[in-house]
Amino acid sequence: MGYIDPHIHMISRTTDDYERLALAGCVALTEPAFWAGFDRSSAQGFYDYFRCLTEFEPKRASQYGIDHYTWLCINPKEADDLGLAREVLQIIPEFLSSPNVLGIGEIGLNKNTKNELLIFEEHLELASKHNQPILVHTPHLEDKKKGTRLILDAIQAHNIPPHRVLIDHVEEHTVEMVLEKGFWAGMTLYPETKCTPQRAVDILEMYGKERLCMNSAGDWGPSDPLAVPKAILEMRRRGHSKMDIQKVTLQNPLAFLGQSPHFQTEKILEESAE
Amino acid sequence: MQKKFTCPLDRESVLNLYFLEHRSKLLDIAAFLDRVDRAQPNEKEDERLKIFYQALEILRTKKEGRAKAILNLFSDPTQNPIPTAPSKGACGVYLPPQKED
Repeated sequence: MGYIDPHIHMISRTTDDYERLALAGCVALTEPAFWAGFDRSSAQGFYDYFRCLTEFEPKRASQYGIDHYTWLCINPKEADDLGLAREVLQIIPEFLSSPNVLGIGEIGLNKNTKNELLIFEEHLELASKHNQPILVHTPHLEDKKKGTRLILDAIQAHNIPPHRVLIDHVEEHTVEMVLEKGFWAGMTLYPETKCTPQRAVDILEMYGKERLCMNSAGDWGPSDPLAVPKAILEMRRRGHSKMDIQKVTLQNPLAFLGQSPHFQTEKILEESAE
Repeated sequence: MQKKFTCPLDRESVLNLYFLEHRSKLLDIAAFLDRVDRAQPNEKEDERLKIFYQALEILRTKKEGRAKAILNLFSDPTQNPIPTAPSKGACGVYLPPQKED
């Protein structure tokens, strides 16, 4: 049975990881633009990064039969520099017609600063103007609850329909407010700083399987590109049905991502059935 | 109202699957706290440790929602965006900004 990893940073991973993902049943993945671990010195650095996401990574993924999609933005960790952020915002539209671009992401907040919120709102305006779906990063650890509330308020103030937005990295204290307002929610499976596969399955059992997805958010930090198959195993160990597993790891991502005209839902459905 | 059991397994099966793993995690916490005690104290007690002990009190309650309660305990309770961030990182618990003397 095939699955989709809706959030993974393959630029930080080796080609061996593409092979492991393919062997584990990954048929498609989406890679949001994020922080490289250091601040880039110019908008040109982002231009090159966007070329990597739209040209190089799809080729690398295709060698293993995986469909690669991406989301573009300047991430919240670099959004505090308003000048740089606005320069990057200006170059994004040039890439929106690339065949693997699904929308704007992962935008959001990091430390919940005024500048981060300002640039988050400018991304929302860009997404509205170009009719793009949105992938949202919620802050880490102690900043998550407050940041999630600020993010949801800002999206609602911009009249963006919640079904066009996935709020990522939810945990037990934020999942309810996200789902209640009609947004999609993503659970990131991390060994320490977000949800473990066990806790993610607990959340599914407590809040249901509607509009919930799971991702590895594999990157250059402690993370596991095979976290989604591990959560699938966890669901099996507890006796969840094949249909329920497929809903969370395939059908739900297909329904959210399929809102982008670039996402090839039928092709991925066929590949996942093979 | 009747309690809703949402885990597909019965209680004994949950313990069969997870008891040893979480026994080990409990010992890790105990050993971690022993390690802290064996370390030379600093001038001021670390706020993270105080909040950690508060979280352990939540574990002692026989009430559902312990994970959510601990995450809430660790969270920033303020409402408004801050002017600037002292750093990009997060330390795991909310520590109010230090007031200057």
